[in-house]
Amino acid sequence: MSAVIEPGHAGHTDHHHDHGHHGPAKGLMRWVLTTNHKDIGTMYLWFSFAMFLIGGSFAMVIRAELFQPGLQIVEPAFFNQMTTMHGLVMVFGAVMPAFVGLANWMIPLMVGAPDMALPRMNNFSFWLLPAAFGLLISTLFTAGGGPNFGWTFYAPLSTTYAPESVTFFIFAIHLMGISSIMGAINVIATILNLRAPGMTLMKMPLFVWTWLITAFLLIAVMPVLAGCVTMMLMDIHFGTSFFSAAGGGDPVLFQHVFWFFGHPEVYIMILPAFGAVSSIIPAFSRKPLFGYTSMVYATASIAFLSFIVWAHHMFVVGIPLVGELFFMYATLLIAVPTGVKVFNWVTTMWQGSLTFETPMLFAVAFVILFTIGGFSGLMLAIAPADFQYHDTYFVVAHFHYVLVPGAIFGIFASAYYWLPKWTGHMYDETLGKLHFWLSFVGMNMAFFPMHFVGLAGMPRRIPDYNLQFADFNMVSSIGAFSFGATQFLFLFIVIKCIRGGKPAPAKPWDGADGLEWTIPSPAPYHTFTTPPEVK
Amino acid sequence: MSEGIATKKLVTRLLLLVVVMFAFGFALVPIYDVMCKAFGINGKTSGQYQGAQQQVDEARQVKVQFMATNAADMVWEFRPVSADLVVHPGAVNEMTFIAQNPTDKPMTAQAIPSVSPSEAAAYFHKTACFCFNQQVLQPGERVEMKVRFIVDRDLPKDVYHLTLGYTLFDITARHAPVAAR
Repeated sequence: MSAVIEPGHAGHTDHHHDHGHHGPAKGLMRWVLTTNHKDIGTMYLWFSFAMFLIGGSFAMVIRAELFQPGLQIVEPAFFNQMTTMHGLVMVFGAVMPAFVGLANWMIPLMVGAPDMALPRMNNFSFWLLPAAFGLLISTLFTAGGGPNFGWTFYAPLSTTYAPESVTFFIFAIHLMGISSIMGAINVIATILNLRAPGMTLMKMPLFVWTWLITAFLLIAVMPVLAGCVTMMLMDIHFGTSFFSAAGGGDPVLFQHVFWFFGHPEVYIMILPAFGAVSSIIPAFSRKPLFGYTSMVYATASIAFLSFIVWAHHMFVVGIPLVGELFFMYATLLIAVPTGVKVFNWVTTMWQGSLTFETPMLFAVAFVILFTIGGFSGLMLAIAPADFQYHDTYFVVAHFHYVLVPGAIFGIFASAYYWLPKWTGHMYDETLGKLHFWLSFVGMNMAFFPMHFVGLAGMPRRIPDYNLQFADFNMVSSIGAFSFGATQFLFLFIVIKCIRGGKPAPAKPWDGADGLEWTIPSPAPYHTFTTPPEVK
Repeated sequence: MSEGIATKKLVTRLLLLVVVMFAFGFALVPIYDVMCKAFGINGKTSGQYQGAQQQVDEARQVKVQFMATNAADMVWEFRPVSADLVVHPGAVNEMTFIAQNPTDKPMTAQAIPSVSPSEAAAYFHKTACFCFNQQVLQPGERVEMKVRFIVDRDLPKDVYHLTLGYTLFDITARHAPVAAR
């Protein structure tokens, strides 16, 4: 078995134990030095959950302040830091690392590879993240406060008028970017070079496909983000004027550069969830996925379109009519491949032998609620209507509908689906269902009323509001508190599942398909050291 | 191991892509400027006009309004001598802006022009403008600054009003007044 030891494994074993031993090293250093894709995947997932709780606690501060009109709990300046940090931590700390964690765990198992292609780089890309977020979150304790310019950090708010801590923010973004780029390179190298014999591209599970496309998106846009924050850094400290009108630059340029990154970024946060759901729905429908090929092409089309729609975030900055029309139609066009995907998921369920275990509940809710988020996205895409919706709570409702029941429900569905494989135990189904229903109700209660207050004109990112919005905001806050509290139940379920429970068979879901179910549960520390044969 | 070589080759290519995309982020800066100037997007006007207009369109009148705004923290007095001017497309017009430095320190300022509606920006030509240079004013000094402009004869027919706005920025920290003299 040790014939296939990767260079990374050798480095790992040199420090700790000899080559004959195949289990993980003991103690803390196992986690610091590990190059094992399962260990690193686990660390990514725990890190992302920790960030989910921290980012969530920022959201709780926001919702507590918005519970009633008027200023009660925090200063407006601190409120701004909360909205900014909530966005940054959730996007870069919770959602993205969770998907990288799932990729680390599952991609080698799904394509029959012994590990990721570049195991040492894998370790480095994980360990950059605690450094990046330590740096970012520490700014909250500095004298001038943390970043307060919104997660979109528009110049000149983030340059001329930024707090001193903006430099820490810039370096944190650089570290996260390097981590994501290295993670993406690793995913592409694994998928393209380490597939088992017979595992052709069009036989790969959709999770692998969506991650391959996501990885290319990451490589294409994370460097643009790095360039964007580098320009900010130069404007702030080295006297350039990329975004400063006084020196011949243009603040609107910032928005173009940012959204050239930002729009593909939102697909980076959803495509892997599409892939996971495309594995889960067939498993609990006991039918193969309907329209596999069209799913692959739809994903690729969405990824391509994501590069030519960025200015739909900027309809009100004063772009020419022809630009408004182009970006409006290009954005509406995304509904076509997305519609193909939703159609395929529904058709997969059609006449299937459905059962509703927790992963399936989250997956079905994903399809329904993500579609609602997609529809409000179509409303926002209509340029003349967007003049009304822009920067209101309607936008907040829209992107939370695609991110919470989209990305996060996708992650929950994946976690429940693969927990038996990771831990070797079945999770508590009753508690899992309770977690789902509490999340489902809490999430809708928190975000659905935001559509109404947004359409009525409540602006986002403001700590106070008109009295007419009071009732809906109170409902939102109660929903948000219950959604937040519910996530401790998830933590409990996962810990319970790790510590014990009904032993999981190799394939706990009778309709499931894929190489990951051919290995025992829990997955051994080293798998597929001899490549499996795929027919 | 051929697998290792293949991975190395792939990773090299991907890293190259990363470098290209990083450079592309910076390339967006000149691309944006060129696009804005070519299409008059965003109210950006181009530099000094070198072309010439065949004749004056006496039949058509366009009202040009003037606005002077101080950027945040700018303390100069800054205004046009007249709020608007009715012009014929093709004709050369002139407007004077007044600036005064009320402080007891020499200061440098830069005016940034913008034309609204933005689709008219490409048809607004400046043959001379104080915005082409930085302004250095000694304590209490007051200047009259000229802008000479032509409204293009091809200005879209549905545009009857134009607004030329200037925002005045304090760039003393960037360009010390003494050095600029």
